[in-house]
Amino acid sequence: MSVVVRKKKETFKVKIISNTEIAEGVYVLETKKTGNFIPGQVVAVAMQPNDNLRLYSLASAPEASTFRILFDVKPDGELTPVLSKLKPGDCVHVSKPFGRFTDQGGPAWWIATGTGIAPFVSMMEADGFKDKTLLHGARYIRQFYFAEKFQKSMGSQYLRFCTQEAGDGIMQGRLTGFLKETNRVTPELKYYICGNAEMVVEVRDILISKGVPFDQIIAEIYF
Amino acid sequence: MAKDYLFGKTLTELQNVVKETGLSAFTAKQIAQWLYQKKIGSIDEMTNLSKKGREYLTENYEMGIQKPSKVQESVDGTKKYLFPAHRNLYIEAAYIPEDDRKTLCVSSQVGCKMGCLFCMTGKQGFQSQLTAGEIINQIRSIPESDLLSNVVYMGMGDPLDNIEEVLKSLEILTSEWGFAWSPRRINVSTIGLIPAMRRFIEESEAHLAISMHSPFNEERKKLMPVEQVYTIEQVIETLREYDFGRQRRISFEYIMFKGINDSPAHIKGLTKLLNGLRCRINLIKFHPIPDSPMQGCTHETMMWFSEQLNKKGITTTVRRSRGEDIYAACGLLSTKELVKKQSEPEF
Ligand SMILES: Cc1cc2nc3c(=O)[nH]c(=O)nc-3n(C[C@H](O)[C@H](O)[C@H](O)COP(=O)(O)OP(=O)(O)OC[C@H]3O[C@@H](n4cnc5c(N)ncnc54)[C@H](O)[C@@H]3O)c2cc1C
Ligand code: SF4
Repeated sequence: MSVVVRKKKETFKVKIISNTEIAEGVYVLETKKTGNFIPGQVVAVAMQPNDNLRLYSLASAPEASTFRILFDVKPDGELTPVLSKLKPGDCVHVSKPFGRFTDQGGPAWWIATGTGIAPFVSMMEADGFKDKTLLHGARYIRQFYFAEKFQKSMGSQYLRFCTQEAGDGIMQGRLTGFLKETNRVTPELKYYICGNAEMVVEVRDILISKGVPFDQIIAEIYF
Repeated sequence: MAKDYLFGKTLTELQNVVKETGLSAFTAKQIAQWLYQKKIGSIDEMTNLSKKGREYLTENYEMGIQKPSKVQESVDGTKKYLFPAHRNLYIEAAYIPEDDRKTLCVSSQVGCKMGCLFCMTGKQGFQSQLTAGEIINQIRSIPESDLLSNVVYMGMGDPLDNIEEVLKSLEILTSEWGFAWSPRRINVSTIGLIPAMRRFIEESEAHLAISMHSPFNEERKKLMPVEQVYTIEQVIETLREYDFGRQRRISFEYIMFKGINDSPAHIKGLTKLLNGLRCRINLIKFHPIPDSPMQGCTHETMMWFSEQLNKKGITTTVRRSRGEDIYAACGLLSTKELVKKQSEPEF
């Protein structure tokens, strides 16, 4: 077989503006931008152009002057332990934004756990939350990343579910438990789900079992 | 501390093992032959190694061969083997005997991260990667091992999401010191993880099968979340960058869902998308999984669809359904009931 030179996704060396640990092992990394984007899109990140690329949802407003990503450190991972140590002024390689987990318009529920909240931060900051309800699940209260921002802008459209702790305005129990019980799931709404495969698949199954057509469900999996 | 396994090591890795033992360098090849060609069951059987060498290996290594712990046989002769993987997890492999070929469908991961809507494996989420040893152990340890003519990486998981171990397993299967199989007997499937697909194309000679299921972005997105980041158009553009020669095959798997991806518009979409690419399409009957919102097409619809695509110049076949009664068909391998949750869910 004749082999062509491997064309990897192109990345650009950009400076880090800030890198803040917002909860144990969870960081918000701010970098220079590599291009314009639509909320819900991702960038590919690596330390060097030939390293394996990892994808991250952009968690900033499209009009902001910097990119923001939210990541949690996988202790045996290739990239995140290194990313967590970066300081302002250090460099990282970032692709142009891409991906299609974007708002299709109309009333919808946003459903997220863990760092899966990231694309909704961007959507919220782009003022795309008017006809949306956000369901946010976590084990501990400190894991409701960006909760203050969501509370401030979305108010009662922002629902939190915590399995291990009780807190003001936070429902105790699993997000999936709420979905099973509630009569607010309707087939007309769109449902945007973002997080790990296990959560996305479980939520999707519950919605389908409650009569939501599968094509009203839009999922982004952090594989 | 648990001992490392010999089975699943490449020649280079065995050379490193041999270096530690003080055995001569050519011993690595002899060990490889014992492991992969003579298919012995214990280190003691490596009779052309010195006694000291064997003792060292026994002290520090285990063979790493696991027999299947359970088998289920379908009325059509398909067999589903259950294998223990590490951390008390299980995987499955499906043996599919046909007149002219005997195929084993192997798993590459325990569970899967990709969450395809129609897939039973996807429903159990991701538990673990398999090692190269665990992948080829499926081939080595079934009773029909010596009868096998083909291996397809289409069991649990997306093989290209475990690219390092899959490439290692392919090296062992196709090297002259290993199983010495022709790569043309092996077909590796993916939903289109583009960066890993590039590595696979460049570093292996095996056939490639892409799970397509829809030529349209908006529709494929609903069936396969991967489409959000690696679209089928981009997958095909990437394939067009390579010259696969005449021997190496690219195929597209297309599960047919009633009223969803079976229309004339889909035929047009497929024809446009695949225009000029040397490939074939395999149409697959959908076996509805529990609580599935989709249904399979009739055989007649599938035949009509196939005929239309063939008329447009795209070689299309309707894959025979096998092992339906034991859930051994594509996308149906799952050991959900056997998998204990590893941790408290975060949602
Ligand atoms: C579309 C998309 C968007 C994403 N967005 C985000 C986001 O916004 N924020 C975020 O935090 N993450 C996101 N991710 C996940 C992210 O891309 C990385 O996968 C993640 O950050 C881990 O990267 P890593 O290099 O540190 O770990 P990796 O090296 O990828 O390892 C990940 C984990 O797998 C384990 N592992 C690695 N190799 C093996 C092996 N052979 N066998 C068994 N286990 C193994 C490691 O121990 C580790 O725990 C996204 C993924 C996708 C696909
Ligand atoms: S079809 Fe393949 S890639 Fe998709 S969820 Fe199932 S095993 Fe994973």
